[in-house]
Amino acid sequence: MSDKILIKGGRIIDPSHKRDEVADLLIEAGVISGISPSIAQPEGTFRTIDARGLLVVPGLIDLHTHLRVPGFEYKETIASATAAAASGGFTTVCCMPNTNPVNDNQAVTELILERAAAEGLVHVLPVGAITKGSQGKELAEMAELVSAGCVAVSDDGLPVMNSEIMRLAMTYATIFDIPVIDHCEDLNLTADGVIFEGKVSTDLGLRGIPSSSETVMVARDIELAELTGARVHLAHISTAGSVQLIREAKKRGISVTAETCPHYFTLTDEALRGYDSNAKMKPPLASSKDMEAILAGLADGTIEVIATDHAPHASEEKEQELDCAPFGIIGLETALPLSLKLVETGVLSLSDVIEKLTSGPAKVIGQKIGRLGIGDRADITLIDPDVEWTVKASDMKSLSKNSPFIGWTMKGRASTVIVSGKVLEGLYDGGKLR
Amino acid sequence: MPLKRKDILSIDALSCEEIDLILQTAESFKEVSTRDIKKVPALRGKTIINLFFEPSTRTRTSFELAGKRLSADVINISAASSSAVKNETILDTARNIEAMHSDFIVVRHSASGVPQLLAGVLRSAVINAGDGAHQHPSQGLLDLMTIKEKKGEIKGLKVVIVGDILHSRVARSDIQGLVKYGAEVCVVGPPTLIPSGIERWGVKVSLHMDEALVGADIIIVLRLQLERQSRGFFPTLREYAMLYGLNQNRLNLADPEVLVMHPGPINRGIELSSEIADGLSSVILDQVTNGLAVRMALFFLLSEGSQH
Repeated sequence: MSDKILIKGGRIIDPSHKRDEVADLLIEAGVISGISPSIAQPEGTFRTIDARGLLVVPGLIDLHTHLRVPGFEYKETIASATAAAASGGFTTVCCMPNTNPVNDNQAVTELILERAAAEGLVHVLPVGAITKGSQGKELAEMAELVSAGCVAVSDDGLPVMNSEIMRLAMTYATIFDIPVIDHCEDLNLTADGVIFEGKVSTDLGLRGIPSSSETVMVARDIELAELTGARVHLAHISTAGSVQLIREAKKRGISVTAETCPHYFTLTDEALRGYDSNAKMKPPLASSKDMEAILAGLADGTIEVIATDHAPHASEEKEQELDCAPFGIIGLETALPLSLKLVETGVLSLSDVIEKLTSGPAKVIGQKIGRLGIGDRADITLIDPDVEWTVKASDMKSLSKNSPFIGWTMKGRASTVIVSGKVLEGLYDGGKLR
Repeated sequence: MPLKRKDILSIDALSCEEIDLILQTAESFKEVSTRDIKKVPALRGKTIINLFFEPSTRTRTSFELAGKRLSADVINISAASSSAVKNETILDTARNIEAMHSDFIVVRHSASGVPQLLAGVLRSAVINAGDGAHQHPSQGLLDLMTIKEKKGEIKGLKVVIVGDILHSRVARSDIQGLVKYGAEVCVVGPPTLIPSGIERWGVKVSLHMDEALVGADIIIVLRLQLERQSRGFFPTLREYAMLYGLNQNRLNLADPEVLVMHPGPINRGIELSSEIADGLSSVILDQVTNGLAVRMALFFLLSEGSQH
């Protein structure tokens, strides 16, 4: 087995270097050692990958994954989640802290990283909790979390309702220059809502979650970002009101970044018509007006990151009354083709899509990844942009199959994934990834 | 002519022709209940399971009697409000019941969408006896039957539905049926209890009872779930009754021939004063009588349909 890999003739798209050209790329000892229109065969043994017709891009980064470890291994394990990530073209995932126990201390962070080293196929970057137990009361030990390897803090899923605590968290986070990621939801406005409040909730007789449940917290966080000067990242943005607020905040120079997820630019609350619990998540799928605003926000750069909010739940949890089924859908294995669709529909250029999946998220967490530079760690994804395939539950690597996209025909797929210079085998032959 | 469908899940799904057929059949079944021997053999050998995940006396009894008067075997199952309490999923519960070869499963559940969920996986006919705030089709049908019986024609009638529209499956089924037949429907209640975008259903929305009641032919008063107060949808029951309770003074604003309806059970003195509940305009007990006939018709027509 050689540690030299020559990727020949692919279209290299690296938004961080504004590169978009057909060229060869050489990997030696796990790092990128050369990119040029034609690289001669290296000395000694090497492996060649014929990339003609393929896109060669930095390994995709997911800012928002629920690995479910520790505590919920029946939903997902690090092995299954990272296999799903690799299969979807991701070489790095950031895992949210709403585990059991909550990742609010060094011991849990270390446990996640140890397991990731043992069984993970891609890089795992933990996100620590903002408050102890994500209870929203006392700050977690942020210095300890950062030194253990956390790249951001968030009380995702259990958002900090107390604005003073959030202010303190943001202020304190400036010591470490890490982003505070907020799941923007006013839990009081959400109350016992299960889907977006609008015509579909009225027709189906389901309790609604008003769009203001998200927007009032987006507005709060923007104000607090301005007050504290912290780097604030707003997770899974879903409504028109939020996009407008973020756009204006950026004009005012406030350090706020935003992500959305493929389901928010692909689906609306109409997907709930059949009471499909695989279309139930938080924030809820909103109206077509909101979806249009998300697309516009992606197009004008208001939203710089596409993340998955990959949230596995077991089938017995999802196959329940819609009121009882847990919120969340998986997304690692469908995010890339759904994002590539934005090129076809003219919303984004190919380079923009890749940016929102690579250097966009890398910038948010301040990591030197998501780029193809000489000397960079060789995390690379090869994409076949034209292959058509059908999403099948039986083919999915994730332990849970709670996706509203099962049965959909997709175009484009990761064909080869290289993590730290190692080519993962068996990406989508239905077998086990190695 | 049988009903060419497996399940009864919502009023919306039924055509006017199907509703007409159900109501005509119900009319003919009304007579059965007035006989000395209140039984016909139409459903002999059929099994009906009343699967009620929410407490109910009136609706469950009505479905039970309907089945028994048609000679079916009827079993009542009162499950906890959520299947999760017993740690058995609702699909498992339903599949277990069906494994005993049921023909009909009548389901009531506090979660909207449960009858659809069951209908999708069961061979038995599923009749929705009320799901969350979604639909209560047999109630909608019995209300249409009562109105037709008393007024002859539904088209053009001015119908006012009063109360908690947001949480009401009765309101949703009634609105769909009444609008289908061309009634002029107005919903009235506190705006905290009016669902977003209900105008799209072809109804008017009013926040003021006195204004809405002028010239009304039918007033459907909804039951107020008393726990709504604790959620802050309105400050006190007293204030609710003041703004939206139906009393004699308000009734005088309506057409002299007005009918007052209520799906029961009544909170006397809150949404409806006793004098009206027991007065000449009230057709509340006719609704109950017609409910039995409508449910007999549903069993009969679905059973006929399944044999074709």
